[in-house]
Amino acid sequence: MKLWNRHTGILVPLLAVIALTLWPVLTGKPANRETAFTLLKAVALASSLNILLGYTGYVSFGHIVFYGFGGYVGIYLLTERGWSLWMALLAGGVASGILAFLLGSAILRLRGAYFALATIGVNEAMRAFINNFELFGGPTGITLNFSVYKTYGGAAQALQTSFFIGAGLALFALILSYLVRSSKFGLGLLAIRENEDAAEVMGVTAPKAKTWAYVFSAIVPGMVGVLFFFKNGNVEPHDAFPLHASIELLVMVMLGGQGTVFGPILGALAYQGMRGFLVTSPIFKDIQLSVSGVLLLLIVLFIPAGAIGWLRHRMPLFRRVLA
Amino acid sequence: MQQINLLLASIPDGILLGFVYGLAAMGLTLIWGVMNVINLAHGPIIALGMFGTFFMFSRLGINPYAGLIPVAFVGLLVGILIYTVAVHRVINAPHLSSLLATFSVNMIIIGLGTAALTTSPYNVDFSAGSIQLGSTTLLGTRLIAALVAMLFTAGLYLFLYRTRPGKFIRAVANNRAAAELMGVPSTRILALSFGLGTMLAAVSGALIATFFPFSILAGGSYELKSFVIGVLGGLGNPIGALFGGLILGVLEGIIPAFLESSWVPVIEFGLFVLILLVRPSGLFGAKK
Repeated sequence: MKLWNRHTGILVPLLAVIALTLWPVLTGKPANRETAFTLLKAVALASSLNILLGYTGYVSFGHIVFYGFGGYVGIYLLTERGWSLWMALLAGGVASGILAFLLGSAILRLRGAYFALATIGVNEAMRAFINNFELFGGPTGITLNFSVYKTYGGAAQALQTSFFIGAGLALFALILSYLVRSSKFGLGLLAIRENEDAAEVMGVTAPKAKTWAYVFSAIVPGMVGVLFFFKNGNVEPHDAFPLHASIELLVMVMLGGQGTVFGPILGALAYQGMRGFLVTSPIFKDIQLSVSGVLLLLIVLFIPAGAIGWLRHRMPLFRRVLA
Repeated sequence: MQQINLLLASIPDGILLGFVYGLAAMGLTLIWGVMNVINLAHGPIIALGMFGTFFMFSRLGINPYAGLIPVAFVGLLVGILIYTVAVHRVINAPHLSSLLATFSVNMIIIGLGTAALTTSPYNVDFSAGSIQLGSTTLLGTRLIAALVAMLFTAGLYLFLYRTRPGKFIRAVANNRAAAELMGVPSTRILALSFGLGTMLAAVSGALIATFFPFSILAGGSYELKSFVIGVLGGLGNPIGALFGGLILGVLEGIIPAFLESSWVPVIEFGLFVLILLVRPSGLFGAKK
């Protein structure tokens, strides 16, 4: 009982992800499954970004670089080296983690907008490099051989399996985010967010802590990349490093509430839901980007703490439940 | 020998383009220098400048260089509007807020622009002759664009150093609180600086439109170039941006002689990250 009282914060996010996983299973419609997959992917990516953005306070505009890079490594091993999907997923996560470690040691010395600019530069440099990298297929990328799916019980079954792996990754991202948040390490990150110099004085080894936060926020995106491009059947530079997807992730985290466990999940669901509505609605479909822009502007200007931050501030009751 | 010929042909062109890139970057870096805001709506404003030239030249038959005046004026007003609506409230907030606020303006412009103009390419069918220099040919449009860019740089310099509002801008950039205590109307000055930044972006877009095809999304790549140039010249240093632009233009001229041109962005962005790491104040910035 005591344990539950201490960890009520994970309950709501956990239920949300489980409900999202069960919804297509219960309704049994492939269309619902695809929608749920998109939502779970957004949840996994936004929760990961939150470790860096929300807890540590570093704004990464190029976080999608880990998704693309991990995806490329995984798909390369899967097609050219004949690795299994499971090993490729692990390899994608590890590759992104290593990339984050190396990059982080260098660019996390920059603060504020300089860091944000550097992440944009890294993403663009990586995209341009992969475009020229013959091992990864250059501008045409890598296409999966259709027979790969046979190992996983045919294409239809492979889609089903991918969905459950996606749900597993979202769950993993959520638990990782919660563990970081409730640990002493996470407390160090929050201290860095509030005042990096003061945190160092209080005994937080900021460079080390920041680098690990970066690594933790990169692993899941790498794995999600492998899974997504496996499901997609091919990977090319243009799809792997879309700068606007990075920014969409920032919007999701902002929308739900940065620095909270449930915030990015709520933000991901709300953003994707809204986007789905705008793209299909006859009035807004042509200007859906503008409508999203107006909404984003309103949030940034008037509720910068996001939905969860606002709720926690207004209603103390929620503080225990919404971590 | 073939490479030398290629270099002789491409370097002068690169220098001319560099001036125009520098002008675009100057707008970005001016805003950063005055208010520590990175304007992510920079690209769409450049694209709006391009369409300004397109509509005035193709529909109304106005000479593109005469059209620069209305483009500059509208660019100034759009910037002041963006500042008032989107930026002013978050000017003291953490960087994420101002980055996202300007990005939302980016989304609004791109969204409306895509709906109205589609994303298909346009071009302005305008020619100003060419000049033959030995084996190299210089296009008149690029030559004039470089001259206009230099003119605007000189104008900006005179404005910042010789006029009262210019002095106010430099005072606010230096120390906003102290400037306010001295009676500088800081809100108006911030709005003016933002307007000047977008004006330079719009003008550079209008110039680029005279020699490259463009679409509503075309501003994005010039925005990225502006980041690279801004960092090369030192963010917040408008004159440094012009030199940064020249360096980038020359690089774009030199690299294709030795490597495939698809390597240009790899080198550009690699250099960008490297300079941020070793000299965040830029090649021409003072050491802090």
